[in-house]
Amino acid sequence: MTLTAPSHNPPLSGPQTDLQPVSMRTEGGLRAYLRKVVAIAAKDLRAEARAKENLSAMIAFSVLAVVVFGLAFDLRVPRADMVAPGVLWVVVLFAGVLGLNRVFGAEVDRGSLSALLLAPIDRSAIYFGKVIAQMAFMLTMEAFVVPIVLVIFDVNLFSPWILAGLFLGTLGYVSVGTLFAALTASTRARETMLPILLLPVMVPIFVAGVGLTANILDGREVAEFGRWFLILAVYDLVFITIAFLIFDLIWEDA
Amino acid sequence: MTDTALISVHNLHKRFGRKPVLRGIDLDVAQGEVVALLGANGAGKTTLMRMICGLAKPDRGEITLGGVSLRRAGRELRRYIGLVTHAPLLYDSLSAQENLHFFAALYDLDQPEDRIESVLRAVELWARRRDPVRTYSRGMIQRLAIARAVLHSPPVLLLDEPDTGLDQSSSQMLHDLIRRLGASNRAILLSTHNLDRAVEWADSVCLLGNGKIVRREPTGQLNGDRLRQIYAEADGTP
Repeated sequence: MTLTAPSHNPPLSGPQTDLQPVSMRTEGGLRAYLRKVVAIAAKDLRAEARAKENLSAMIAFSVLAVVVFGLAFDLRVPRADMVAPGVLWVVVLFAGVLGLNRVFGAEVDRGSLSALLLAPIDRSAIYFGKVIAQMAFMLTMEAFVVPIVLVIFDVNLFSPWILAGLFLGTLGYVSVGTLFAALTASTRARETMLPILLLPVMVPIFVAGVGLTANILDGREVAEFGRWFLILAVYDLVFITIAFLIFDLIWEDA
Repeated sequence: MTDTALISVHNLHKRFGRKPVLRGIDLDVAQGEVVALLGANGAGKTTLMRMICGLAKPDRGEITLGGVSLRRAGRELRRYIGLVTHAPLLYDSLSAQENLHFFAALYDLDQPEDRIESVLRAVELWARRRDPVRTYSRGMIQRLAIARAVLHSPPVLLLDEPDTGLDQSSSQMLHDLIRRLGASNRAILLSTHNLDRAVEWADSVCLLGNGKIVRREPTGQLNGDRLRQIYAEADGTP
């Protein structure tokens, strides 16, 4: 015998209410895939807008961290623009861990991960949906950090090149972070495991991000800081591809 | 495997580390049949359910749904499964309607509004459809979990302790739903610790012990007391 496709199932009928029959979309391919990616991202954004668990913690932590760094460096550092790039990227990395811990941690805690994994979707769609939502959280947090750096350190980071570098670095960070968050989601000590595993892999992003920001603040030419862009772009491409290829395997025995 | 088996499990083995949990499970659930899985905590009921729906991999053995191997068909076969567990598998900051719209998108439901309305009316949550799930009682959450599981009209329904924490009226509603769903030619496998409910809700009961199905009884001739006796015999308790 064969399974009857849900679209051909008879409507359920009962004494109280008849259930409407199910009608399925028949189109597949990229559009169907992207629709699921968008649904997952939109669900995460909507849930965060209601619960305000992640983003508020990330923003509060990042703003406080910039202020603390400002107080600490104010005593000894002759020029604030010498430390501002490092402060920016350290704050982004550490505040990001707060959010990344919840990417799948929240799904595990409430038990909804099983429902996601049970859905008839390519699991890389879950990955990309999560990356999009997490990028939105990170960029929102950075929208607070950059002006705070201007106020505390008197360093203007509102350069298109710096913002483009920040975007590329954040994309690489979130791409790898989401993959590692999936790996550690079901472990007992995920809050400590994630940064321990993730931060060493983030060294290229950190070095390239700080190098790029410092070069631009020093007034160097594009030809001089272009290589940092290249490193960030290649890092993003490599890790997004790896994540796409292996994400399904992570959940083989979830 | 019988001719009409929608769920068929053959010689299923699973161990966690060195501990064997399932040791050669054979189980068939026919179309239109409701089978209750009984067993002590840790007997492997949830593990078996998770393997049937593809969330865990068996070490050995074969699972087929409608004659299609779960191992080979992979993702597409998940479309034919609905799962209810004691955890609701819902997003508590979203409303009932938003939850169902999200799952409708994942299951490719076309213009799902009518379907969502009908399942929410069936579980008597239509009036509360816009409220966040976190404001719901345990019974309401479990009813919504059932609405989520049947949203895409799956022919295979796995209910892992769906009655946990339900009051009498929610439990009665669940029973009505199971009867209606079973009558729609689905195969329903449910696990419960409540032996009276197992007799009332299912067409047959399977006792899981020592990693195997040790007994299968049709419920036609059973009552709660007789099942308790059989359960005690199978469990080895006097």
